[in-house]
Amino acid sequence: MTAVRREQLLSYAVLGVFAVIALYPVLSIVLLAMHKRSDLVTGFAIPDSLNFGTFKDAWELGGFDRGLLNSFIVAASVSVVTAVLSTLAGYAFGAMRFRGSDALFYLLLLGLIFPYEATVIPLYYVFRDVGLTDTYWALILPQIGLSVPFGTFWMRAFFRTSPGSLVEASRLDGASSFVTLWRVLLPQAWPAITTMIVLVFMWTWNEFLLALVMIQSDELRTAPLGLALFANANRSQDPTLTAAAAVLVALPVVIVYVFLQRSFIRGMFAGAVKE
Amino acid sequence: MTEVVERSRVRADAPGERRQVRVRAPGEPRRVAYLYLAPAFLFYLLFAFGPLVYTTWLSFFDWDGLTVGEWVGIENYRKVLEDPDIRASFVHSFELIFFYAVLPVVLGLALASVITHGRVRGVTFFRAVLFLPQTVATVVVAIAWVWIYAPDGPLNKALDAVGLSGISRGWLGDFNFALPALGLVGTWVMFGLCLVLFLAGIQKIPYSLYEAARVDGAGRLREFFAVTLPGLRGELAVALTLTTIMALRTFDLIYVSTNGGPGTSTTVPSVLVYQNAFVNGRVGLAAAVAVVLTALIFVVAFAITRLVDRDPSR
Repeated sequence: MTAVRREQLLSYAVLGVFAVIALYPVLSIVLLAMHKRSDLVTGFAIPDSLNFGTFKDAWELGGFDRGLLNSFIVAASVSVVTAVLSTLAGYAFGAMRFRGSDALFYLLLLGLIFPYEATVIPLYYVFRDVGLTDTYWALILPQIGLSVPFGTFWMRAFFRTSPGSLVEASRLDGASSFVTLWRVLLPQAWPAITTMIVLVFMWTWNEFLLALVMIQSDELRTAPLGLALFANANRSQDPTLTAAAAVLVALPVVIVYVFLQRSFIRGMFAGAVKE
Repeated sequence: MTEVVERSRVRADAPGERRQVRVRAPGEPRRVAYLYLAPAFLFYLLFAFGPLVYTTWLSFFDWDGLTVGEWVGIENYRKVLEDPDIRASFVHSFELIFFYAVLPVVLGLALASVITHGRVRGVTFFRAVLFLPQTVATVVVAIAWVWIYAPDGPLNKALDAVGLSGISRGWLGDFNFALPALGLVGTWVMFGLCLVLFLAGIQKIPYSLYEAARVDGAGRLREFFAVTLPGLRGELAVALTLTTIMALRTFDLIYVSTNGGPGTSTTVPSVLVYQNAFVNGRVGLAAAVAVVLTALIFVVAFAITRLVDRDPSR
């Protein structure tokens, strides 16, 4: 065996071990969910038969149809509105020159790093006073506010690398800035915009603190919030049911990830400081 | 931080694009730009930046969330500094930085150099698998690991199986082990992210540098410290910033798994913010903790950027 070959095998071994480590916790709850409660699972166990009954029970007991729908409504609204606002702002930062552009850009960039912990207190008390707590608005508006910095940052990078000659030519033709954006730049921007939407959708889907603070009624719970409450109520009696519920909540994003993983990973790093 | 991210972006693009960006005339000054910015800034200022300023204002009050608040100056900040539980929560955060940032970065570097030297096929597959933990909702992650750490969960069963039943325990219920156990969950979430970032970075290091090192007779280790590590400065900065911020922000994981317990052994600032603002009715104090936490995050982000920018080798 040559040294090169030995090194290659070692690499595969090391990677394999870490791939298992990365997968195991996810797999463990899938396996756990496949069991029946009566199996009294302990440790690592593979179910004798594929059993999807637990998923059905969790679905019905936990009201996850409602939770998943709520999460979808919130995440879709946030990601689409963020995409529109960020495309406009990114266009200004990336393709135009104006006074104060640097200062404004840095102001916006602060939003990439401060956490919800820093904003959620006044948001809750102000929303309570105007009657917005326990509504979709309480989840949607703040998340747009905190997603716009990433979106703008992301679209600015795109507009800066798109050829300036196109913009110039369009302008010389007498096109307004909006027509230039709409006809010339947007057709090329779709991949960038789609990636941004997917990322913002995922972050919004997984957000927990805001929902925990803002939502009181059962009907408005998002999937992660419903899951956390469900887990608290059921964990001690029936771990399989909690596991099934967890799989249901994680599944939509994981499916999207499997199909779009390339652009997912690329996008994550473009917005490296958000998340 | 902008520059760090920016730099790795630029390097990620095809060669020549950087020049194009510089050469291109930015266009004449345009007032219409403000119109394009207005909607985004409206949302940002109303629902993100404004509330941050408001949080700072609230931190100077003693307020229970219902009655009229009372101005107390820096009293809340004095409490943040003096209260042993609050101070301990920040210490816990720093311990988490080791697990969320230091371990994953070291692990990511090691794995990345193994992969690069090993000429592995299927890097795309491994990358996708190792990155998976990033996409799973933290609430789900918490549930999975609570099961793994449970008294009759997989970890203890595995320890029994290899004859180490002496050390098995309910990991999250143990005053000494709960925080490191949660920290390792952070390591699990973060190491794939670091690895993917470093792999992308290594690909951009000119191969000629490695050849030159080899001609100079550098060994593996020399080569790593002389070529790979300096070549990854930008990626290192992004990885450290990102993971450190995540460590300081941790809330979901702890709220769902231990809620700060047992005792206060896993309480972190964000849990205190939540409890004081929304459970105990000490809104001013919660705001002060939030402000200190945010300031800490800004300082860390700024410091890491500075550290990287100062290096003359790039």
